[in-house]
Amino acid sequence: MTDPVTQKKQTEAATAVTALNVATEQALEPPPPNEPIMRLSGVAVAFKGRMAVRDVTLDFPEYQVTALIGPSGSGKTTLLRSLNRMHDLTRYAKISGKVMLDDVDIYARNMSPTLLRSRVGMVFQRPNPFPAMSIYENVISGLKFNGVRKKSLHDEAAESALIAADLWDSVRTRMKAGAGTLSGGEQQRLCIARALAVEPEVLLMDEPTSSLDPISTRHIEELLGELKTRVSIIIVTHNMQQAMRVSDHCAFLLMGEDKAGELIEASATTKMFHSPDDPRTLDYINGRFG
Amino acid sequence: MTSIQLPDPILDRRQEIQRIAAASLDRRKIYSKIALSFCGVFLGVALVPLVAVLAYTIQRGLQAWSVDFFAHLPTPSGIPGGGIRNAIVGSLIIDGIAAAGAIPFGILAGMFLAESSGRFADGVRFAADVLSGVPSIIMAIFAYALLVKPLGHFSAIAASFAIGVLMLPIIMRASETAIRSVPSTLSEAGLALGARQATVARRVTIPTALPGLITGVLLALARGVGETAPLLFTAIGSQYFSSSPFKPIAALPLVVYQDGIQAYPDLQRTAWGTALFLILLVLLLSVGSRLGAAWLRREKR
Repeated sequence: MTDPVTQKKQTEAATAVTALNVATEQALEPPPPNEPIMRLSGVAVAFKGRMAVRDVTLDFPEYQVTALIGPSGSGKTTLLRSLNRMHDLTRYAKISGKVMLDDVDIYARNMSPTLLRSRVGMVFQRPNPFPAMSIYENVISGLKFNGVRKKSLHDEAAESALIAADLWDSVRTRMKAGAGTLSGGEQQRLCIARALAVEPEVLLMDEPTSSLDPISTRHIEELLGELKTRVSIIIVTHNMQQAMRVSDHCAFLLMGEDKAGELIEASATTKMFHSPDDPRTLDYINGRFG
Repeated sequence: MTSIQLPDPILDRRQEIQRIAAASLDRRKIYSKIALSFCGVFLGVALVPLVAVLAYTIQRGLQAWSVDFFAHLPTPSGIPGGGIRNAIVGSLIIDGIAAAGAIPFGILAGMFLAESSGRFADGVRFAADVLSGVPSIIMAIFAYALLVKPLGHFSAIAASFAIGVLMLPIIMRASETAIRSVPSTLSEAGLALGARQATVARRVTIPTALPGLITGVLLALARGVGETAPLLFTAIGSQYFSSSPFKPIAALPLVVYQDGIQAYPDLQRTAWGTALFLILLVLLLSVGSRLGAAWLRREKR
């Protein structure tokens, strides 16, 4: 027999839990996806005849963050690199299926990979600022590569991109310094600014924080929430918490039996992490494998 | 097209950049094509002498080749059936002794350089660099003064000394690079298991660096085999068969040099045949070093 005080406490606790559940469920209501900026249908990537990613059909909503998650070898990075034709650089890669950016097929014959990449920017795993260039030169390098010679446009774009990457205040007085003088986290934000300065429509990020310390990582994660107001973001991460924190939508990939990556499911991040459709997704997000 | 209205300056800038990028695309493509064709033309020009030397040597050299050419001793001009057997054996002896001396010294010195820093190591490294830049004729006259003059006669061993000293810095620097390229985390892992420094070097570092070490040694050998100047002052050459390290001895580069400047067509043919053999030997060493290194690397995967 429990005394009345304990009983009352238990009742209160139960009520609180119910209230919490209701609140969580409301929060779980996934945000409606925006119009897609990129649409994949039946995309497959093969290297030297060996399938690396198979049959991915997926939409990436505009001005939101979509995370590609999955264990190593599931083809996240391979898929990401097919979105701005980085696989063109290796002779062995063969891509099939259709990748649409807005209303153009990026693998169409008359599509210039150069112009495509000015519209779909990329940030890599390790910070890779150009060592022979100053901070300022790094930021405007993309503009120069694309034939933009107008100095006022350089300055304007550099300032806007550096502000967006939250680097402006710390580098505005030393724009002529070498990029190597920055810390690792700052270098990665410089690379983000460099990608942003071209004003791309889509920004691809390949595990952009995997070589950074937790504080720099957090800094970049916080940036993403603001960046998505100007650019649609597709991010590869193997850090589940990161995907949960930064993304609006998630796509889960897994290595199939023939070692080719497959898309298991794609949905709003809140749904993916609370009530995924596929048991394999549940296993993965609960850390039971991978 | 867009479901969200962007702040204007960004959208404006995006449009302007994309317009400029598209408008300048043709110009950039032309620049790219011009640059690429320049690269192609210069590559072509650079390849001309290479291909010409190879083609001419093959064409002239193959005429001399026969079984007798490799199996027989030289004959005076006008007597057919002469060969270069003594020169092949001579080169083997000279370069074999040179390698036997230079390899252990070179590798161990390279290990020392890789593992140590400081003024002494810097000095040794600098000395090795200077040594590898010394013209081979100077090494020749050095060997002459040191070994030929005091002994009173030319000898294979003097040639080995000169060639070995030429090979030494090459092996040293290649070994240093190979050993340095072994990640320090590997030797730290060994040390953390309680191994002594020497044990780690023997069981971890050297096996990991082995492909690089072998490449360095074979490239040094390829360099040594073709050296001519040091032999002029030391081995001097011979018409007879000799396998004694202490006597004058024939060698492949000397055959090319001595027979090549003769007025007799048959001797000139012998020179070309020997030159082709030398080229193949060097090619074999280079290709062998690559294949060997690749094979060693694959074995462990």
